[in-house]
Amino acid sequence: MTAPRRPLPVSLILGAALTGLVLAVALLSLLWTPFPAEQVRVIARLRPPGPVNWLGTDHFGRDVLSMIMVGARNSLAVGAAAVGIGLALGVPLGLLAAAVGRWGDEAVGRFADLVFAFPAVLTAILLTALAGPGAVNAIVALGVFNIAVLARVTRGAARQVWRREFVRAALALGRDPASVTLVHVLPNVAGVVAVQATVLYAVAILNEAALSYLGLGIQPPSPSWGKMLNDAQTFLFTAPLQAVFPGAAVAVSVLGLNLLGDGLRDLLDPRHRTGPLG
Amino acid sequence: MPVTTWRIAGALAGAVTAALALLPVAATAQPRNELVVGMQLEPPHLDPTGSAAAAIDEIVYANLFEPLVRVDQSGAVVPGLAERWSVSPDGLTYRFELRRGAKFHDGTALDSGDVKFTLDRARAADSTNAQKAYFTPIANVETPDPHTAVVTLSRPDGLFLFHMGMGDSVIVAPESAATNKQKPVGTGPFKLDRWAAGDRVVLVRNPDYDGPKPALERVTFRFINDPAVQVASLLSGDVDTIPQFGVYEQLGQFRSDPRFTVMEGTGEGEAILATNNARKPFDDVRVRRAMAHAIDRKTLIEGAMFGTAKPIGTHFAPHHPAYVDLTGLYPYDVAKAKALLAEAGHPNGFEATLRLPPPIYARRSGELVAAMLAEAGIRLKIENVEWAQWLEKVYRGKDYDLTIVAHTEPLDIGIYGRDNYYFNYDSPRFKAIDQQLETVQEEGKRNELYAQQERIIAEDAVNGFLFVIPQITVQKAGVQGMWKNRPLQSTDVTGVSWK
Repeated sequence: MTAPRRPLPVSLILGAALTGLVLAVALLSLLWTPFPAEQVRVIARLRPPGPVNWLGTDHFGRDVLSMIMVGARNSLAVGAAAVGIGLALGVPLGLLAAAVGRWGDEAVGRFADLVFAFPAVLTAILLTALAGPGAVNAIVALGVFNIAVLARVTRGAARQVWRREFVRAALALGRDPASVTLVHVLPNVAGVVAVQATVLYAVAILNEAALSYLGLGIQPPSPSWGKMLNDAQTFLFTAPLQAVFPGAAVAVSVLGLNLLGDGLRDLLDPRHRTGPLG
Repeated sequence: MPVTTWRIAGALAGAVTAALALLPVAATAQPRNELVVGMQLEPPHLDPTGSAAAAIDEIVYANLFEPLVRVDQSGAVVPGLAERWSVSPDGLTYRFELRRGAKFHDGTALDSGDVKFTLDRARAADSTNAQKAYFTPIANVETPDPHTAVVTLSRPDGLFLFHMGMGDSVIVAPESAATNKQKPVGTGPFKLDRWAAGDRVVLVRNPDYDGPKPALERVTFRFINDPAVQVASLLSGDVDTIPQFGVYEQLGQFRSDPRFTVMEGTGEGEAILATNNARKPFDDVRVRRAMAHAIDRKTLIEGAMFGTAKPIGTHFAPHHPAYVDLTGLYPYDVAKAKALLAEAGHPNGFEATLRLPPPIYARRSGELVAAMLAEAGIRLKIENVEWAQWLEKVYRGKDYDLTIVAHTEPLDIGIYGRDNYYFNYDSPRFKAIDQQLETVQEEGKRNELYAQQERIIAEDAVNGFLFVIPQITVQKAGVQGMWKNRPLQSTDVTGVSWK
């Protein structure tokens, strides 16, 4: 007899659908956009949505839909890189802290505190002010914040795993801490890390938009949602739609990733889980 | 009963009529005597003799501080603290007769000793005056009596009087000079009431002013950095006038709204694609000419300025009599640009960085210029920078390829003759004319020399000459007396009143 299958959380389905949509648009932009996203045609500026330019044109006559599509690609790429940095460095740091305990634990904890003392956007502004604006510096700045978050989350989850019987048993059987970490601890923290990474992805997209809005993120002419919002600002009274589309793009992608994170958490919640740990 | 009712109704109607009739009377009984001016940037301090920041002059010039002579709306030199002046035939001795009765805001009388103090301080070795060069021709300042100052120059200087009318040359007192940055003490018709950092500077009428009393009693300068907020604060009525309005796409709406007036005057801000002439490949005049051919000014002005700007072909303001129209020297021609690049050894173009300061005109023009140069094969990487970084890296450090900026000082073609200026341009021909200009006083001859200089820098295509920033004032329809034209950095409110 098989256990009744629990339905997938609604938030997971909705989140996956929205995130999938953004991802699909971003991937499509690699192959096709209605117009070249950087093509300037002053004569055709500020057109409302219509059959030629589905979402209208901006103040330089660029096609808004094409810019949103390429902007999706830029946003997702910056977010992926920033979260990737966090995963690549934060997870090992957290695992190490939990395995070593004492001073190692302390060091990672203090590092995280130090990073948290500065909000991510502020760190990013500082870094780009020192090193110059641009996508790479924005990625590094957002990545540093993610390292701290993921190190702390991994460490917390890993320490709980270290207290469990099967880990103690493995150690008693003579397994060294390194292999215990890889074989037993890592798989058991992966779920928590995945949830956190998804939420951080949303934060990274939002922060990238904030940096680009301030002129510190992706540099023109490459389109970015934050830059589009900044450009739209002075047209709020004359062409308000200019702000609506990039704003909606940011909202949809952040909402999608947050729902996805929520859904993943519901799915991986130990209270509902059946299996070796249940 | 009905009679009573009618009586009450009649009394009410009478009262209402009386009240309605009184309303306009009540409104005119108290004429408006306050003005709120919107400005984009907050000044670092309020001493115009200690900084190049235009925002300082835009608050204090003519309102709070007065120079010996003033520059009026038309750019002409008119009396300031000096009622009269005379120049010796050799152009070396200037005799200024000071206004009797002029007093500083701290109550002390202005005398020739203050003039000597001010000029000696500005030309001293440790002077922090941003335009020290204005004062270097001075050899000696004498004070034969308290109301006369005699300035002797070491060489004739055709622009000396004009320079003495700038904000950098306002007269300060030895007692207050050191504290003018926070507590400015001048001789003008307004004095400082308070400065709320980050928000506003408030000036009030100086009751002891010896000249004509201004109509306004209180003038508030509010700092509104965000262009969208500038628009909103005009529409909501929080601000009465914005003398350097920069949201060009919004002008149509203001023009058609009877509550507002839009004034379009001439300004001094030449927007240029400043080019590092010492750096490869821009040290090759063919490359610079290629860029000039690749820029379509008409589209640029339409796209970046919504058509509200005059094109220029050299570094000079078009309203000036010495201006030469050189916009046709390098007509928009991408094929020509490519050919010139190939001739200079860049058949496939090249890459360079374009650093852009914050103003809308710079950021927007930058994106369009980058798109235009890309057509000719010049691939620009855009880097947006804040003003502090721009001043440090580009202006002082000269570490840049290209940048877009407006030079707002009047009659500033002389910067092309300066050694170590950030253009890194060095032309013996240009400098030779500079030397002649130092001694020539006669207007027609001077304009001829300026014209020669204009041609030299245009032929050398030192920078990309784009357009002059329009001088646009948007204000409530009732405000009158604001300057339409802007021959120098100032917001002279001494003649402003409400209709």
